[in-house]
Amino acid sequence: MNTGIILCGVGGQGTVLASKLISASAMENGLSVMSAETIGMAQRGGSVTSHIRIGEGVYSPMIAFGGADTIIGFEPGEAARMLPFLKEGGSVVVSSGVVIPVTEALVRSDYSSENMVGYLREHVERLTVVNTDRAIREVGTAKVLNIILLGASIAAGALPVTADTLMKMIERRVPEKYIDLNRKALEYGLSCTH
Amino acid sequence: MHREFLMGNEAIALGAIASGVDLVCGYPGTPSTEVLETAAKNRPEGTYVEWSVNEKTAMEVAAGAAYTGARVLVTMKQMGLNVASDPLMCVEYIGVKGGMVVLVADDPGPISSQTEQDTRTFAGFSKVPCFDPSTVQEAYDMVQEAFILSEKYGTPVFLRSTTRVSHCYASIDIKDTSEFASHRIEGFVKDSRRWVIFPRLANANHKKIVDRNEKLSNEFSDNPFNCIYTEKRECRLGVATGGVSFTYAMEARERLGNMRLLKVSTPYPFPEKIAAEFLAGLDEVLCIEELDPVIERGLVYVCGKYGLKVKIRGKLTGDTRTAGENTVDSVYEDLAAFLGEPCKSEAVSEVPDLPVRPPVLCAGCPHRASFYAVKIAMKGKKTVFCGDIGCYTLGNAMPLDMVDTCLCMGAGLGIAQGIGHIEPDTSCFAFVGDSTFFASAIPGVINAVYNKSDMTLIVLDNSTTAMTGHQPHPGTGITMMGGSGSAVSIEGVLRGIGLEYVETVDPFELDAAVGAVRCAAALPGVKAIIFRSPCIALTKGKDPLTVSSKKCIGCSRCIKELGCPAISMSGGKAVIDTSQCTGCCLCERVCPVGAIGGEGI
Repeated sequence: MNTGIILCGVGGQGTVLASKLISASAMENGLSVMSAETIGMAQRGGSVTSHIRIGEGVYSPMIAFGGADTIIGFEPGEAARMLPFLKEGGSVVVSSGVVIPVTEALVRSDYSSENMVGYLREHVERLTVVNTDRAIREVGTAKVLNIILLGASIAAGALPVTADTLMKMIERRVPEKYIDLNRKALEYGLSCTH
Repeated sequence: MHREFLMGNEAIALGAIASGVDLVCGYPGTPSTEVLETAAKNRPEGTYVEWSVNEKTAMEVAAGAAYTGARVLVTMKQMGLNVASDPLMCVEYIGVKGGMVVLVADDPGPISSQTEQDTRTFAGFSKVPCFDPSTVQEAYDMVQEAFILSEKYGTPVFLRSTTRVSHCYASIDIKDTSEFASHRIEGFVKDSRRWVIFPRLANANHKKIVDRNEKLSNEFSDNPFNCIYTEKRECRLGVATGGVSFTYAMEARERLGNMRLLKVSTPYPFPEKIAAEFLAGLDEVLCIEELDPVIERGLVYVCGKYGLKVKIRGKLTGDTRTAGENTVDSVYEDLAAFLGEPCKSEAVSEVPDLPVRPPVLCAGCPHRASFYAVKIAMKGKKTVFCGDIGCYTLGNAMPLDMVDTCLCMGAGLGIAQGIGHIEPDTSCFAFVGDSTFFASAIPGVINAVYNKSDMTLIVLDNSTTAMTGHQPHPGTGITMMGGSGSAVSIEGVLRGIGLEYVETVDPFELDAAVGAVRCAAALPGVKAIIFRSPCIALTKGKDPLTVSSKKCIGCSRCIKELGCPAISMSGGKAVIDTSQCTGCCLCERVCPVGAIGGEGI
């Protein structure tokens, strides 16, 4: 048995650290992990994805279409882009805030959070939407959006790791002065239940 | 042994350290860069690590060290192997004393490269034996095997990886320090009949290399990295694969079943014996591999040589894609079609129109200011802007649209000169980054001066190799051995070559920058401007700017001129994303109504 998780967003949103925290937490629980990230040119404002596979019987970290138990979307359009990877009955945890690319800013399209979240609501049964603006207001900074989303994913039962293990991994990896901020973000995420 | 969660590239570096590597050198290039960085971070006492100025020099440094009996690892991406091919082709003929492993990371897709060239093909061309790992664990194990083989046969050995192996993470078994290999370095022993390449020596060694590779083909057939996965039931169909495609094929095989599978981990010299054993009794074989049809050609050759009547399918027969990466899904579909199984394509619901997200220059990137200054200065003139390899290739995107050509490292200089010789009325510019300047642009400058070209060189100096993740280079003076070395001055190099107009300007001083470009463009001969401002990813930005919604007239000039990812339109007005803005103030200069500024505007 194994679990497939996809994290997706826009370069610079902190998907890579989130992926590493999930992997480290799973390994802490004695599970085998494989993962793959987007690195290099695509990071500069491009779409980024991480594939994580936890458990046995895994040859490659790459998840097939219809093979993801969970998609964590740091941006709603990116979550929509990755939907073909979602397993039937799988969970999506998504941040409502859109990142408008320069190219769209030039053509003034109607790309909006409402449209994207609406699309996800139509197509995903197990969906948790984190209101990004409210979350950032409550926690104080957009820099810990990744931790908020991980908290919300745990609350949704969409990750095979516990909040305690995750916090332990954060403590190992994040500079001490940011630990409290990360704890606050995790707790806020855990309280986002729909 | 213990277990660690490692990236493929980290595993390669740690495998080399477990082999007792004495020297590691290379030049950054995605997806290879983290190998050398990991080696530097985990550098054992007595091991030397350097970022060389380019891959050719790295290969020569590695060869020299291997002549002494030291174990060396030299790292690069596939494009870098082209740069290093001159010394590598020759060192294969001369041979080495210490183990010499050449790590080349290929980039199927390509994801961040100009070509989809295949180092397995280069192995056949250069006659250098090649390992091709499928997983992170294999990457760790094979680098150690490569050192043993290299030393045993006195030849450089390729470890060829691809993006999905190099950048994949997995929990793998690695050696404890007490299990590391150790060896004695004999030192360089003078012997001109061995180390000086002359036609007679080349002829003699050529024959030895061919004989050795024939022997190696047999040895590789017995190597457990190459193996056959058989079925309990009799089957007439087989799949041959290697590299990361092996992992996709194994997952498809679990769902589809009933096929014999050959994994080729040493594509050169091709392991003929095990291939013939695999082919015996089969009717058809599908080859699943990325880039060139190396395994496919190998099997066709074995069929011919051994008189086997097996139909070999793959890229050459139009059964699999000829370009781009394989995926878990593409391999499943290829194998299902081969077995005549229906391929259940998952019902994918209609996805809405999603924005494309091409990579862009960061908010606050000094390259944006440099390109904008040249654009303003040369408006309305007949120009050509020759770009180069680095973050600044992204200057091609709208709305900047400031890169007319891009070919390979350092090529912008030669291209600008070539166009200038045919079109003397065109004002020719070459843009080159600081790391690329040192790596491969200097001969181009010398050529321009020597041959009396008219051109303007723009050096975009952000004091780092930004695109590959901020490696130091000769202009920074920082080395991988810690502490600062001696920085090489770009201005000094250019003046030494004989340029008279060499101006250094901060591109965010827009008026000065535009003035310098106008001045340079008006002068004959070879002129250079160095736009110097540190990479924004390495500096703490200033306070973000805001847009006064009262003053903003919604003309979107700021967006149309600069294409900064921090600016977008909302409700007919420009807005600045304060989490991205670094306060570079370029947009403030562009706004026609003074609506952009610091807090309280």
